[in-house]
Amino acid sequence: MEVKIYINGIGSISAQSGDLFSGDSARIYQENIFQAISPNYREFIKPMALRRMSKATKMGITSAKIALKEAETEVPDAIITGTGEGCKKDTEKFLENLLDQNEKLLTPTSFIQSTHNTIGGQIALNLSCKNYNVTYTQNSVSLETALLDAQMQFDEDPEIYSILVGGVDEISEKITSFRKLDGQLKSKSIKNLDLLKEDSTGTITSEGAHFFALSKEKKQNTYAEFQTLFIKNTIQPENINEEIEAFLKQNNLDSEVIDVVILGNNGDNRYDHYYKNLQQNLLKNTMQLTYKHLVGDFDTASGYAIYLAANILKSGKIPSVLKLNDIDSKTPKNILIYNQYLGRDHSLILLSAV
Amino acid sequence: MTNLHTELKESIIEQLNLEDMDPADISNDEPLFGDGLGLDSIDALELIVLLEKDYGIKLTDPSQGKEIFVSIDRMATYIEENRTK
Repeated sequence: MEVKIYINGIGSISAQSGDLFSGDSARIYQENIFQAISPNYREFIKPMALRRMSKATKMGITSAKIALKEAETEVPDAIITGTGEGCKKDTEKFLENLLDQNEKLLTPTSFIQSTHNTIGGQIALNLSCKNYNVTYTQNSVSLETALLDAQMQFDEDPEIYSILVGGVDEISEKITSFRKLDGQLKSKSIKNLDLLKEDSTGTITSEGAHFFALSKEKKQNTYAEFQTLFIKNTIQPENINEEIEAFLKQNNLDSEVIDVVILGNNGDNRYDHYYKNLQQNLLKNTMQLTYKHLVGDFDTASGYAIYLAANILKSGKIPSVLKLNDIDSKTPKNILIYNQYLGRDHSLILLSAV
Repeated sequence: MTNLHTELKESIIEQLNLEDMDPADISNDEPLFGDGLGLDSIDALELIVLLEKDYGIKLTDPSQGKEIFVSIDRMATYIEENRTK
């Protein structure tokens, strides 16, 4: 029997620090690479530990602790992290030292912390958690792969009761700028809220951390039920409607029961047709929302979509800044999240109200 | 306090990212590890590199660090006696 999985706590750090669900306005940026808004990390991490951490690690630990506190979980049975590019700042620092000092007299800290699993490891150290701890690096399905592992852990191990799952990515001076060289970012600076009005190649990028405290137990403050997810590396643009129909059918659903779809449109006119194809066909009568004009596109940006979906299902509120069409959904029960990057790494996540 | 003492404190603060600390916050006889400044094993590795980079002192036996990194006073004395630059 498949286990029911509930989202009982969420920690979100992104370029949007305000609470859209309480009526806060969206933050506006005029550049194509913008930073996440840092909370006061000292409230979550001891100063002596904090001093060495890069932003990815600080964001990861802080969002993880916020999620666990909300779920009233002290130590989870597993920590599963997704990160597309890991601790880039420490990687750059280490490589720069290597060059500057001609490969001699290198200090260990930035090297030790440059690995992708630093974030999951530091969360475990902070929580004194010696349980299952794995990090997945699968480009823009890194967080989804972590969620897939969590789903399998719940299904296969009866002793697993709570799992902390999250996605973290940071921007760094050099490695992030490679995306610009590669044409992944827009060549001219734009206003983030105008992202989908632009008819040009590339997107805007940022950073963030989203952790979710998952549990078999439904609580009074549960956000939503995590139903299932689907990952596929390659889908031909003309087949996207059929793929999603097949996914829904496999879960004994059809498109009519999807009240809201959250799409990962990122303003790149080379690949947004995947979303437009869905918007104009299978899900044309469904309320359509989008979010990358708020937080940019990065490998684990879909964590913000899960944060939005869970909050919509819990509160019933839908901030107007997210809306892509005029179709309304009074009390959404099922929300589908669809994401892809550069026409690859397609993912579907289905959440339901409890 | 000698210039070396101040220089050492400034280097340690910068190298170990001791944010919000000034040289005046570190006493010359205060233990650097444990109950004093609270440094750890990764800091010890950083200090070994600092000795070699700034003063040309190469510690061949890492356990020597235990005797040298006791306090700023002890480190300054060891540097004065062994520095090559």
